[in-house]
Amino acid sequence: MFRICSRSIFSFFIVLLLCNVPATAAPDGKALFMSNCASCHNPLKDATGPALQNIDKTFPDKEWGYKWVHNSSALVAAGDPTAVAIFTKFNKTQMTAFPQLSNDDIDAILKYVDEFKAPVAVAAAPAAGGEETESNGWIYTVITLALLLLVIILWRSNQGLKRIANEKEGIPNEKEIPLYRSKLVIAIVAILLFIMAGYWLTNGAVGEGRQQNYQPLQPIYYSHKVHAGINQINCLYCHAGAEKSRQAMIPSSNVCMNCHKQINSYSGGEGAEAHILKTAEGKLINGTEQIQMLYKYAGWDPAKKDYIRDAKGNIMATPIQWVKIHNLPDHVYFNHSQHVKVGQIQCQRCHGPIQEMDEVYQFAPLSMGWCINCHRQTEVKFTENNYYSVFEKYHDELKSGKRDKVTEADMGGLECQKCHY
Amino acid sequence: MSQKQYWSGLEDLNKINNPTDVAGDEFKEELPFDLSDSLFSATTPRRDFLKFMGFSTLAATLVASCEMPVRKAIPYAIKPEDITPGVPNYYASTFADGGDYCAVVVKTRDGRPIKIEGNDLSSVTKGGTSARVQASVLNLYDKARIRHPYTDGVEATFDSIDKAIKDGIGTKPGYLVTASLLSPTVKEIIAQFLARYTTVKHIVYDAVSYSGMLQANEACYGKKTLPTYHFDKAKTIVSLDADFLGTWLSPIEFAKGYSKGRKISAKELKLSKHYQVEATHTISGGAADFRATCRPSETGKVAVALYNMVANGTQPSLASKHLNDLITNAAADLKAGNGLVVCGSNDVNIQIIVNAINDKIGANGVTINWATTSNYKQGIDKDFATLVASMDAGEVGSLFLHGVNPVYDYYDNKKFTAALAKVPLTVSFADRMDETAQKCKHIVPDHNYLESWGDAEPKANYFSLMQPGIAPLFKTRSLADSLISWTGGPQSYADFWKEYWMKKTGSQEAFDKALQDGVIEPAGEMPNGGAAFAGNAADAAGKIQAEPEVKGFEVVVYQKIAIGHGGAWSNNPWLLEMPDPITRATWDNYVCMSPMRAKSKEFDAELTGFTEVDAKKRVVIVKSANGTEVKLPVIVVPGMHNDVIAIATGYGRDKKVGLAAASDDTKGGKNAYPFRTFNGTNILNHNAVTVTKTEEKYEVAVTQTHNSYEARPVIHEYTLAEFAKDSKVLLKERGEEIAEFAVEPWIEEGKESKEKIVDTATEEGYRANGTLYPNYPYEGIKWGMSIDLNSCTGCGACVVGCMAENNVSVVGKDHVLKNHEMHWIRIDRYFSGMVDNPDSIQTIFQPMLCQHCDNAPCENVCPVSATNHSSEGLNQMAYNRCIGTKYCANNCPYKVRHFNWMDWNGADCFDGNLYEDGRRDDMNDDLTRMVLNPDVTVRSRGVMEKCSFCVQRLQESKLAAKKEGHPLRDGAVKTACQQACPSDAILFGNVKDKESNIFKLRRQEQMERTFYVLEHIHTLPNVNYLARIRNTNEIDAKDEAKNEFLKYHI
Repeated sequence: MFRICSRSIFSFFIVLLLCNVPATAAPDGKALFMSNCASCHNPLKDATGPALQNIDKTFPDKEWGYKWVHNSSALVAAGDPTAVAIFTKFNKTQMTAFPQLSNDDIDAILKYVDEFKAPVAVAAAPAAGGEETESNGWIYTVITLALLLLVIILWRSNQGLKRIANEKEGIPNEKEIPLYRSKLVIAIVAILLFIMAGYWLTNGAVGEGRQQNYQPLQPIYYSHKVHAGINQINCLYCHAGAEKSRQAMIPSSNVCMNCHKQINSYSGGEGAEAHILKTAEGKLINGTEQIQMLYKYAGWDPAKKDYIRDAKGNIMATPIQWVKIHNLPDHVYFNHSQHVKVGQIQCQRCHGPIQEMDEVYQFAPLSMGWCINCHRQTEVKFTENNYYSVFEKYHDELKSGKRDKVTEADMGGLECQKCHY
Repeated sequence: MSQKQYWSGLEDLNKINNPTDVAGDEFKEELPFDLSDSLFSATTPRRDFLKFMGFSTLAATLVASCEMPVRKAIPYAIKPEDITPGVPNYYASTFADGGDYCAVVVKTRDGRPIKIEGNDLSSVTKGGTSARVQASVLNLYDKARIRHPYTDGVEATFDSIDKAIKDGIGTKPGYLVTASLLSPTVKEIIAQFLARYTTVKHIVYDAVSYSGMLQANEACYGKKTLPTYHFDKAKTIVSLDADFLGTWLSPIEFAKGYSKGRKISAKELKLSKHYQVEATHTISGGAADFRATCRPSETGKVAVALYNMVANGTQPSLASKHLNDLITNAAADLKAGNGLVVCGSNDVNIQIIVNAINDKIGANGVTINWATTSNYKQGIDKDFATLVASMDAGEVGSLFLHGVNPVYDYYDNKKFTAALAKVPLTVSFADRMDETAQKCKHIVPDHNYLESWGDAEPKANYFSLMQPGIAPLFKTRSLADSLISWTGGPQSYADFWKEYWMKKTGSQEAFDKALQDGVIEPAGEMPNGGAAFAGNAADAAGKIQAEPEVKGFEVVVYQKIAIGHGGAWSNNPWLLEMPDPITRATWDNYVCMSPMRAKSKEFDAELTGFTEVDAKKRVVIVKSANGTEVKLPVIVVPGMHNDVIAIATGYGRDKKVGLAAASDDTKGGKNAYPFRTFNGTNILNHNAVTVTKTEEKYEVAVTQTHNSYEARPVIHEYTLAEFAKDSKVLLKERGEEIAEFAVEPWIEEGKESKEKIVDTATEEGYRANGTLYPNYPYEGIKWGMSIDLNSCTGCGACVVGCMAENNVSVVGKDHVLKNHEMHWIRIDRYFSGMVDNPDSIQTIFQPMLCQHCDNAPCENVCPVSATNHSSEGLNQMAYNRCIGTKYCANNCPYKVRHFNWMDWNGADCFDGNLYEDGRRDDMNDDLTRMVLNPDVTVRSRGVMEKCSFCVQRLQESKLAAKKEGHPLRDGAVKTACQQACPSDAILFGNVKDKESNIFKLRRQEQMERTFYVLEHIHTLPNVNYLARIRNTNEIDAKDEAKNEFLKYHI
């Protein structure tokens, strides 16, 4: 009897433990939402699909929700009234089926969106800080100049007094040479000018071809802030090449149309979170007009809600000629996938606060010094990636504590033919 | 020190010009500096200098203050699903040009084919390529391609031509003439076309024909086809005038097989034996162990002598003792089994004798395979001769010409041209306005093979599919589509093709796999079988013996490896600039002549200037009995038969064939085809001629003497016997050179007693102690390359493969003359032997590229550190840092650095800025530039460049390994030269990886053959070579006293 008891208690604990495993490895609702849902859904607002906050409360039951996510079109086809209602409300757009999402994943996503709160606008505190340091510098300059002036005045008056004293005492004064004819002064000024000209010329030449802060007008006013910032669309949804290719890839207009078949106007939002589109010069932009321009490029007829096709059935789309902002010289080889996929560098590291830019500008100088500096400091994923297992010496040094990290520079990341070939 | 004396050219041998003079002139032209003593009396005094400096500064400032141009980033309107910009796609396809075949993989970047690789899955070509296959991608972007159909020289539409042809075929006999066709679907469509128009017949015409072989096989075996030759299974190979490694039949396939028998190591001392009898000097002759020369008209007699020796032991009694020796030895070896005799003659009787020999030695079913026959060549000379006669008689109503150009390459092209004018309806499918197309009424241009669906059956039951890598660039239409529209078929060729192969493969899945693999082959090893010989050897031998002896000069019309029969290749700048393996000449054809003949009394002992340094060559007039006469310069080629001259085909083209091909009196060579003769059955490639001297001279751009090692030996070669006796012979030689530096210099003790055989410890010791510099510890990856001199045939596939991969520029003839050629890898050719005795000449090839020295002389002298060393052992070159002092090139002992004297690729961005050469200018065209590899910088004027070990491929493969999270796998990365090589001579890999093939080769398998060029100067190259082992009894240093012959080799 005792044995049976102890066994059952033991198995009970085992079961408990097992049940706990999924609880400890709970799916990350935010990550799942960002990678699967965010391109069509916003937690708070209707987009391509409905706003997701508290949407689970509108489901007939929980099981229905799972079925919908796994294969919504089956539900619609089966004539489920709720499903058909949503389908019709959102312009008969089929939701992508997600059979790979488990019920727990879906629960996690729903939990995340239910708890989601609109992000509070970040105060411009750091900018103010920056200003402060700048004004400090200005004051120091003024003080230094004033002091210098004082020194000169004092020196001059001292000289004048000396001459008067000399005159009084009858000691002959040296003939005063005006400053502009003093050889010493001319020499010093010439040397100074030469150094300054050299400095200016060198800096100018070094900066040749660099375009930091370059912010051109684009054929369509496309706001990264609205897409990546407010609507939280994953960068890789549009720039799918970043993990695969040398080029991050500017999306073709059919990728835009995945969402914009539904979203045909820009309201700008309301109240505190309202965002009005403006160019850098302050000109107001009508977002809806911009979407209409996209339709022209994409060959989309918003009235018929269908693509305009030629006789052969090809969509009459024309590519959008964006102005290229980030220009590297032809002799530089840069590979996005190396940095994004292998190095796991965030886009913002080089592209700046892209999620806050309405119009994109070049954030980084993209100079060789800037690249090299990062290669010097950045640690490679040395122990995580088995590729590096052949570097036995570094592994030994890490183990023995002789070295605390392996940087890109240690891997030869400063060598010419890593980027120039 | 090697025991043989090698010479790169006659001036090297004769020291007419001291080779150091050549070395001193690495940069030939005078520098634009005035080096007079007085500064002020100089032509460019100080004031001018200041003026220029002021102007340049101002100009630079002005340019710098210009605004940056606005660049556009234009995405796809609708992105195709399978394209990711920046990531290449690979499509398995098929290269077929006439009967030349290669299974290929086409690399496309953003929708443009940019590189051709061999397809490893094919059991025919096994991943090998040739120079022409590598260069074929440039033909796609050829500016001279026809861009729309023509009627009477005016642009027309397909519809109008279709109508004209359907109405015009009529009831008079018509002929469809094609080159050898490998495509089963096109053959079927032709059959449908012939069924619809019953008066039309199909004839195959090959510019370089194998009609003699086909007819001999019909006579001997009842099969008008070609067998498969298994060079890999052959222990003894006898080649009678067949350049099977260069141009004969299917050189890629043969080089693959041949090189298998040429792999040798100290542990496995097995080597095939190769006898070569030839009139000229080919690369097969260079590879041979035992080589003899004969007149081309003598080939038959040599074959008969060999037959008699094999069949009944009759000793040969030819005039040449060397030839008799060769026949006696070869016959003995052939009888020992696994023999193979091949012959390049197009005479049916000679081929019958060759068949008889192969039958007697039991080659059928062993090295000659009749169970799997080859379809490479199908043309019968007599058929075409008959056609020309009936055209001339006005009996032909229509003529359709595909892939053939008889106006240029028929032996009696004048007769053909006249006969063509008598045919009312003539249609050409040419891709350019070639000599024949110009004379045709309609031109319906065909696609390039990279734009086209298709297939090939190179061997019975071995299929290969062709798929397009790009949509057609111009208004062109495939031959099959044209025939379908004239037949009135219901579907396009693409649909027909798909249906055909769907049916053949059985399911969508199998079809997809076949398309992805590119080949459809029976499982398992290739079926092999013999055939019963039923030929009349005695009759053929009688006919051969009855032929009259030829006196005086004979001309051989041969194909160059690069240009081949002509066609589109004549206009391919990559191929034109590729140095010929033997003559090392570029851009021209010429008269090849033996040195003894060139200096003989009949030409006043002065025909050539006798030196390869002087580019000006004497022009001679060559005249044949049938009235053909050409004026061409003479190139002296050691190893040519003294009574033979040779002229290459593919030159002397019309100006409409293309800018690079165009010829006149000042450029582009002459047409050699009319020298050929027709004996009533076959077209023969030789003829009796007279040669007369003129006073004219003509410059030929020869590259061999552009680089000099200052007479330091760079090659190691041994005979098999020597190597078998003491496999450590090379290790000892190396030991004598470096062992004493392997210990620290102040340690006297042990230096003397140390046995001077190089081992791993000596190598390491030499690395550390042979220099004052500290020893750099390499971590992780270190790249290394090995080149096997036994396998290298000198074919040049690597040279062109490298040009395609690395955007290596074409500089044009004028600049090759000034040593400005840019090839990152060159194949040096060295002769040894007696100049006057062509039978004694032995030839060896050595590919030379940047050795990526760990102690590189170039790196130390760069004032701006533009060239420096990487932690992976690469000698890096940062182009944009280079200021063009050229010190590095001067200091490089291997002479592998090349300076950009001009902006070879982008000079047309300013008006009037283009360097115009007349022949290479199409390289500066937007169409041609589509071939550039976007992963490699296009070098600009004023910078140095050299081999990078294909660093872009290394980086790509490392990135792929990092993404997948595993260490780099051995063999995951191949350099372009390695991939192009048809004989697997090049091996590349990470020498730090103890499991890698390159590590094992250097340290274990081939330690005894490994050497480094100029090792004793402590450059520490990362490229090693494997010594050549020749399977010959001659040139054995140990037998020096015994053989008079040897004196000349030592």
